[in-house]
Amino acid sequence: MPAVQETIDQVRAIDVSEYKYGFETLIESDKAPKGLNEDTVRFISAKKGDPEWMTEWRLDAFRRWQTMREPTWARVDYPPIDFQDAYYYAAPKSSAAPKSLDEIDPAILETYKKLGIPLREQEILAGVAPENRVAVDAVFDSVSVATTFKDELKKAGVIFCSISEAIREHPDLVRKYLGTVVPVTDNFYATLNSAVFTDGSFVYIPEGVRCPMELSTYFRINEKNTGQFERTLIIADKGSYVSYLEGCTAPMRDENQLHAAVVELIALDDAEIKYSTVQNWYPGDAEGRGGIYNFVTKRGDCRGRNAKISWTQVETGSAITWKYPSCILRGDGSRGEFYSIAVSNGMQQVDSGTKMIHLGKNTTSRIISKGISAGRSQNTYRGLVSAHRKATNARNFTNCDSLLIGDKCGAHTVPYIESKTSTAVFEHEATTSKISEDQMFYCLQRGLSEEEATALIVNGFVKDVLQQLPMEFAVEAQKLISISLEGSVG
Amino acid sequence: MAIVTPMKTPAETSLEGAFARLRDTLPGAAAERRAAFARYAERGLPHRRVEEWKYTDLRAALRDAAPLAERPAAVPAGAPDLGAPRFLIANGHVLSAPASLPAGVTAVSLREALTAGHPALSALGDPLAAGNAAVELNTAFMTDGIILTVESGVTVTEPLHLAFVNEGSQPFATAARVLVMVGGGASVTLLETHQGPAGVAYQPNTMVEIVAGDGARVDHARLNGEGDAAIVLSSLSLRLGRETELTSVNGVFGAALSRHQVFATFAGESAKASINGLALLSRTQHADSTLVVDHAEPGGESRELFRTVVDDEAAGVFQGKIIVRQKAQKTDGRMMSGALLLGEASAMYNKPELEIFADDVACAHGATCGALDEDLLFYLMARGLPKPEAEALLLQAFVGEVVETVSNEAMREVLTGRIESWLKARAAR
Repeated sequence: MPAVQETIDQVRAIDVSEYKYGFETLIESDKAPKGLNEDTVRFISAKKGDPEWMTEWRLDAFRRWQTMREPTWARVDYPPIDFQDAYYYAAPKSSAAPKSLDEIDPAILETYKKLGIPLREQEILAGVAPENRVAVDAVFDSVSVATTFKDELKKAGVIFCSISEAIREHPDLVRKYLGTVVPVTDNFYATLNSAVFTDGSFVYIPEGVRCPMELSTYFRINEKNTGQFERTLIIADKGSYVSYLEGCTAPMRDENQLHAAVVELIALDDAEIKYSTVQNWYPGDAEGRGGIYNFVTKRGDCRGRNAKISWTQVETGSAITWKYPSCILRGDGSRGEFYSIAVSNGMQQVDSGTKMIHLGKNTTSRIISKGISAGRSQNTYRGLVSAHRKATNARNFTNCDSLLIGDKCGAHTVPYIESKTSTAVFEHEATTSKISEDQMFYCLQRGLSEEEATALIVNGFVKDVLQQLPMEFAVEAQKLISISLEGSVG
Repeated sequence: MAIVTPMKTPAETSLEGAFARLRDTLPGAAAERRAAFARYAERGLPHRRVEEWKYTDLRAALRDAAPLAERPAAVPAGAPDLGAPRFLIANGHVLSAPASLPAGVTAVSLREALTAGHPALSALGDPLAAGNAAVELNTAFMTDGIILTVESGVTVTEPLHLAFVNEGSQPFATAARVLVMVGGGASVTLLETHQGPAGVAYQPNTMVEIVAGDGARVDHARLNGEGDAAIVLSSLSLRLGRETELTSVNGVFGAALSRHQVFATFAGESAKASINGLALLSRTQHADSTLVVDHAEPGGESRELFRTVVDDEAAGVFQGKIIVRQKAQKTDGRMMSGALLLGEASAMYNKPELEIFADDVACAHGATCGALDEDLLFYLMARGLPKPEAEALLLQAFVGEVVETVSNEAMREVLTGRIESWLKARAAR
């Protein structure tokens, strides 16, 4: 059945022509020379004040990258990228180590204000109830301009700072964990990121600590012709808990810009990491001009027993999305979750999904993915669920539905389900007709028509997914919340 | 950037040598053969880095390409009698045809057709399978086979049996090709059986093409009872006209490695097809079922049901792709793959794909794999059944669902017999 009008209206409201964050901040910036070579890597390393080992690490990655080829397996189509025709480092000139918010360029503060990101702690305290406080690391092009609530977090033992600061201040932690989840050699874009990454967040939650507030990073690409390469590393030590949010926007421009991030999560025994993203990079215009190329490697490692990692993403931006937040379920009894809603409009191309790699015993995972494509966009779910021979009693449940609005777009599902142990139970389904007969019967009995009943049940189900998002992102996700998936196809 | 020069494996070198030697002696279609071999040679034998062959690494499995088998002098024994008119195809050569065919059915051997340039040859070849290594190699090397024609409007009451028998003590290859043209409104049942010697690593590569006219009805069932060391490639091309109804069932019991590929094109409106399969695998068997269902026209309905039982260190593969083109509104596609893993080291690889370009369709797929349900076992055992029997009962029910979709009773019995002996052999171990 076709999509209902309500859904169509809601998707139109977030169509590419409605992009609200496309303004540009006019600010002078300090850039690396155009192009990419060993000197660029050294330049970035010097700018970041890297220790010797870090510079070497970057150079190794760069040399490795030169031998690699761009992956072509994803269902996305774009002209070849000239990696020499871009800047790999751009920082607001005034940003040289601001000590307080007063030292930050007012234009930047204004930008974040316009984006609705609170950087002034007192304002946050004044406006919102304390339990809803969020610590923010604001990344503007290649640098972190501010990190809030650092002191209060410090009291709890939580380290929350930019990755470049962590490399300088906490080298032991960084050396121990960086590149252990996403190795330098992992894939073309991860290797490129390892060579030229500029900023991003570092989080360490000590043993037994429940992080007192939500942590978040807000990424903003502003400068023309630059790529953004951020690196995020989150470590949850034994028995700790953290919820982390990420948001991203960029100005409207006719040329494409590259964003190649790497995110590594490590959860030790009994720890839990909840990672949520609202990805709203500039998607290009209705004709497919401009927009961000979003080639991201995100992976979590449940390294300890009973560790838990949960990814939630709402994807509405980017011209091209190539992103597979994954979980390595190494520790016995660990759990991975992936909740995703990907909406594509205009000429957007999305190839996204997840990997659940079951290595430990009694590991469980759950994948809920909803793809909605409109306009002339292509939306692909690509996911892997695998159980190693030793992953006895592994369990997975996957549900991925897609919905098409209009006859010029495409929705595709490419799941890989690999089981090498007889005790693993994997279930994959891609249909909306899988509503339980009991629920349906109950609704019909109470006088609802079949269509109303379906809408009610499906909507309830989608809300379940969105409720995985922390409160703070509810506003951004609001428009998507009530999208009905009625008329979904597999 | 590193420049990669592909190394040829011994099998690839043998294939090239064989084609250069044989291309002028193989019957007819010289230009088509050359073009097909060139398409194959462009990429060579498929390996795990080729997406469609990810789980069946043919390049690694095929150590060497065996020589193409000659026409056997004597008629090999042992082909099952399904009580139906039977074509006997031995080592890729037609040895015998039924003395009389049902009214409205005509048959000509492919060898004769190729030599004489039969008009039906224009229907040979499926664009949906273009570039597929197994298909291109079959086209390049096809030795013989049958072209069957069923006249429009004719209901053929007797099933037609294509018995493929392989014989030899040394490895050999075969390349048989069958084309079935079913006229508009006609109805026919086709049964295919495949068998061969144990312990010989022979390499059959067969292709069957069924072109069904508007309103035709086709029932097709296939049994893979090949020898335990065989490396078996088989392709089935289905092209469905308007309002045709077709079922095809494949039962896999034999072969060390098998790959059965189905290419189904819904070329006319409101066609219906159900494409099913079952496989019972043990030891180190590897069985791959790959299908591509292309809904090119509106209103089509496709149903796919696959059941795989994997024991010991065997591996099952299911890859199913449903494509719904922009024009194919109101398509209804449902695909289900279920697997039971019995051995600790058994493996199953599922890849059910959907590629949808139309907005008013209902498509669904499902894939499950796991062990036998403990609760069900417990229930049966609590009622006094010993564990092996309880397991056998559950397994029989599991694959039985696919057997039930075979319309021909004789074929159903053959399949049921194979299932029972597989279960007995399992219990005896």
